[in-house]
Amino acid sequence: MVRKTVLLVAALVFVFVASTGVVNAQSARDYISIVGSSTVYPFATVVAEKFGKTTHYKTPKIESTGSGGGLKLFCAGVGVEYPDITNASRRIKESELENCRQNGVSEIVEVKIGYDGIVLANSNKAKPMKLTRKDIFLALAKNVPDPKGGERVVSNPYRTWKEVNPSLPNIKIEVLGPPPTSGTRDAFVELVMEEAAKSYPWIKAKDKKAFKEIAHTIREDGAYIEAGENDNLIVQKLDANPNAVGIFGFSFLDQNTDKIQGSFVDGVKPTFEAIASGEYPVSRPLFFYVKKAHMGVIPGMEGYLNEFTSEKAWGPDGYLADKGMIPMPDAERKKYRADVSKLRVLTALK
Amino acid sequence: MNDSDSEAKKMERRTIDVVHQGLAKRYRAERRFKLYGLGAIVISLFCLAILFISIVGNGYKAFQQSYLKLEVYFDPALLDQENLSTADYSGLVKSTLRTMFPEVKGRSEKRELYKLVSPGAAFHLRKMVLKDPEIIGKSISLWVPADDDVDMLLKGHFKTDVGESSRRLSDQQLAWIEQLQEQGKIKRKFNKAFFTAGDSREPELAGIWGAAVGSFFTLLVTLLLSFPIGVAAAVYLEEFAPKNRWTDLIEVNINNLAAVPSIVFGLLGLAVFLNFFGFPRSAPLVGGLVLTLMTLPTIIIASRAALQSVPPSIREGALGVGASKMQMVVHHVLPLALPGMLTGTIIGMARALGETAPLLMIGMVAFIVDVPGGFTDPATALPVQIYLWADSPERAFVEKTSAAIMVLLAFLLLMNGAAIILRKKFEKRW
Repeated sequence: MVRKTVLLVAALVFVFVASTGVVNAQSARDYISIVGSSTVYPFATVVAEKFGKTTHYKTPKIESTGSGGGLKLFCAGVGVEYPDITNASRRIKESELENCRQNGVSEIVEVKIGYDGIVLANSNKAKPMKLTRKDIFLALAKNVPDPKGGERVVSNPYRTWKEVNPSLPNIKIEVLGPPPTSGTRDAFVELVMEEAAKSYPWIKAKDKKAFKEIAHTIREDGAYIEAGENDNLIVQKLDANPNAVGIFGFSFLDQNTDKIQGSFVDGVKPTFEAIASGEYPVSRPLFFYVKKAHMGVIPGMEGYLNEFTSEKAWGPDGYLADKGMIPMPDAERKKYRADVSKLRVLTALK
Repeated sequence: MNDSDSEAKKMERRTIDVVHQGLAKRYRAERRFKLYGLGAIVISLFCLAILFISIVGNGYKAFQQSYLKLEVYFDPALLDQENLSTADYSGLVKSTLRTMFPEVKGRSEKRELYKLVSPGAAFHLRKMVLKDPEIIGKSISLWVPADDDVDMLLKGHFKTDVGESSRRLSDQQLAWIEQLQEQGKIKRKFNKAFFTAGDSREPELAGIWGAAVGSFFTLLVTLLLSFPIGVAAAVYLEEFAPKNRWTDLIEVNINNLAAVPSIVFGLLGLAVFLNFFGFPRSAPLVGGLVLTLMTLPTIIIASRAALQSVPPSIREGALGVGASKMQMVVHHVLPLALPGMLTGTIIGMARALGETAPLLMIGMVAFIVDVPGGFTDPATALPVQIYLWADSPERAFVEKTSAAIMVLLAFLLLMNGAAIILRKKFEKRW
């Protein structure tokens, strides 16, 4: 009896060790491995699922690691243990490109897939906010230009929206937004805060570091609440608190229009059409990057790229638009479609 | 004499008086003490009830799903005999819808009409045709899943009293849905896909099975490794090891490891299993190895406690009749300690089942549609699936999230119940 148990345990251990050996021997991967941005994740997953269900290839595996984390994994090397594609909600940086090259990942194909609008929204129960980027900057920056005049910054004195701009309602400034680790926050800072800061000539004239200090630092006195990476949570909180304003991606506004409404920014309401035409100022491009060395090695790569860049996916009437992605104009789609079919390698950032 | 007698009586009375005087106060104190305890239990039960009510209230509707009845004519003109696997099945669904609503003409109107049916309908038809090409040319009526927006509307999650522009469904679509309801062509059925499918970005097609299988493989690896290693370590430390500074050091370390945050084990797994040994990312094998590291201290501590509770008389008796030390352990001590060890193991496993943080680092937080078939296939786990759904923009994922939590809770209840039954069945009191 006892001997039997010992034998059983030995057998299990043996099977286990054997299966580990198999792992090491199994060098070919038969599915595409994708990492990267959590903003692109909801779109890339739809394409992957469609691709897996309509072809004989396995469904690609998609990890949501964030743009920076994805590029780090992607650039780690060439080989089956490294991802084939990384999604990014911003363009690759020069330093990341350099890192890629050092690890032998010299041939990367850049594919722009569309745009994502960043919206400010509040509950339907309240009136829509009519903001300008300058209002947002003054309400959210840690240090703002002295309201008494003069070319110096003071610690943000504004408590209510009315103090920022007399045409705004007299309610406390309460903004729920993404934390600094999020790509949405990076894009928000770049597209709203920096632009607004540049409208002050004397801030624009400052050197790069001092400018960033003013434009990138968001107040920490409780008016801006970091609500974590979960945008659904922000939507729920807005529904419960009509005085609060939230910052998140357009797809969450699109899915919850019966609860929340987008705020006007510089006079434009964040609708699908306004973002697509470029009229709405706060939108950012979405990308993915393909490792050319893996084309033909990992089965299905070409099929996945074709599915993603087909009109029925990324076109104006495609299923990605249904999910809330803003498509590119025709000419741009054509350009990137051609890049993909030729696998044009990204050589330098212009 | 008389004097001293009365004196004693007086004394006696005085003592009993003092006791009587304080008695009411002591009873009151005891009642208060009991009330504090009861209050604590009531508060925790209340919180638990709120948790359960909110989860069940949000999620119970997810076990049902709205289906549309379609009269599909498998048009030979649309289905090319040569290329059945790549034929235009969504075109087939669209043409079916057009015949159901012949009055729909405009392009944007048609698009609205197509949105009533889940994209899964096309996959369903494709599967049917590939399975039995004979049906081409025939008309078959079948139920296909409705789109998640329709499902949410029928389940009452959408406000319909707001303006058309702030609704997911237009007035026209609402009218169609009403018409279908009157014709009995829309109904709610048990959501089988939820228990048989893998993940999906379409809420009406998403299922928990892929994650459940991933969790199963992961936990199997964890169990196969951590139970033998944990028990062996506990037996050695408790029965054979000399008591010296080294074993003290080991003991302190084991107790310390039990309290280490699980993300640290994930980082360790990333560095050792993925980067050094080159195991595949996102595999249940690696997940199991990481969770083994995490549960080992728990199992060792529980197993040692179980061994300590076996009375020394058993050991001495066995040694007294001439058993060797190993015979004493294997024949007598281990069988008596096993129920306690199993309980500890199951509780450790239950904790491993609910763990996401270490899996994050080794790539198991991923979108995986195919149900894993082995230890090296990419997989996720149940709690990871909950996390991913909670973060999805589609409204229908809210109830899916709660339903997945219910499934996870059911598994946990099952495992902890098994631990209690094992203990009750085999436990010996001395």
